[in-house]
Amino acid sequence: MTAFWALVRRDLHLALRQGGATMLVLVFFVLAITLFPLGIGPAPEVLTRIAAGVLWVAALLSALMSLERLFQADFADGTLDLLALGRLPMPMAVLAKALAHWLTAGLPLTLVGPPLALALALPVEALPAAWLAMALGTPCLTLLGAIGAALTVGIRRGGPLLALLVLPLYIPTLIFGSAAVDAAAFGLSPAPHLLLLAATLCVALVLAPWAAAAALRLALE
Amino acid sequence: MANALHRLANPTRFLALVRRIQPVAGVAALLLIAAGLGWGLLYAPPDYQQGETVRIMYVHVPSAWMALFIYVCMAVASAVGLIWRHPVADLSAKASAPIGAAFTFLCLVTGSLWGQPMWGTWWVWDGRLTSVLILFFLYLGYIALWQAFDDQAKAARAAAILALVGAINVPIVKFSVDWWNTLHQPASVLTMDGPHIHSTLLWPLLLTGLGFTAFYVFVLCLRVRTEILRRKVRIARLAVLSGA
Repeated sequence: MTAFWALVRRDLHLALRQGGATMLVLVFFVLAITLFPLGIGPAPEVLTRIAAGVLWVAALLSALMSLERLFQADFADGTLDLLALGRLPMPMAVLAKALAHWLTAGLPLTLVGPPLALALALPVEALPAAWLAMALGTPCLTLLGAIGAALTVGIRRGGPLLALLVLPLYIPTLIFGSAAVDAAAFGLSPAPHLLLLAATLCVALVLAPWAAAAALRLALE
Repeated sequence: MANALHRLANPTRFLALVRRIQPVAGVAALLLIAAGLGWGLLYAPPDYQQGETVRIMYVHVPSAWMALFIYVCMAVASAVGLIWRHPVADLSAKASAPIGAAFTFLCLVTGSLWGQPMWGTWWVWDGRLTSVLILFFLYLGYIALWQAFDDQAKAARAAAILALVGAINVPIVKFSVDWWNTLHQPASVLTMDGPHIHSTLLWPLLLTGLGFTAFYVFVLCLRVRTEILRRKVRIARLAVLSGA
């Protein structure tokens, strides 16, 4: 377990000291959300209707942008080889890196996203549900994304391929997440959608580290 | 079972088997599809509500079956390839993907053409349609991942991992009509208390379904053979280059 937390700490240090990585994802997220009212027009009733969807689509795309740094640098400089040789099982290493990635990418999005959606005329009553949905959904994005990032780690120009592999896997999270926020915005109970989102997270938590670890081992051969 | 599997890992032995299966599957596909579609499109009675448009069913429903069936075959072949490093299983999975993608596309297009007169819309974002669309994207991602690697052995294993992850979508497609009750009708052929459609419509449907399956086997044999031969040619060329 010490190795697990050491890896988490290392990745956090790298992300925070190299700076910019977290900020860039956040700025991209804010910009992506800003584009929608500018493109669609400022009518509040239209914006309320699409706020949940816009929030989640922007979160999906931001997560996708940040996935490359999950394994790419460690693959290039040989850290992954050391991790594969080490005593920490590979799926646990993936889980540690995913945790660090979520803390520096998913968590900021979760904190900033729902208040930002207020600018899209999301009712204030929907804020707690939106925070909860993002808190459950963004780890799914990181974990499912880890599979795609691991599969494309050794490939030159893997970016577009990563999007093609990962976005279909993101669709359930998108559907349940925006349904939860939507339900709260229109005065319904978000609970069923939040439970489905939690179920998605459970499945991703169990399956994704194994799949990503298998893919990483393959890339390291 | 495992023994038979290992015997087939030898490409020469596998090719001998394929050479025997392929013509049979080809003839069966031709006869069954001709019989099923001929019966369905010309002789089966029109539906009392949907009229003649019900005949789209004879292409749409078997295509949908094949879209799922081929993905399951692909996932099983991927698992076999991943666990036993079975080279021919990898090739079968690779060869299946474009066929499955084609059937999924056919299913989506015919469904859209059928939806316009019956539901009054080309497309609706319900569980069944969306999950089949995801299935289509999974096929495309699988094919793209194969193409992204230079090393075929690596490509096979990466694609196999993706195929197995994507297999979670298969039960979602199957049960989506029970979980989300929207425009697409629930299962009506494979149900606990027998088929819910009349035998005059059911028989041509089953014949076409079998015909499509035979067609899949035929094209699969063709593609696997081509792939094995292509690799032999490549190895022969490399041998010439290094020997000369």
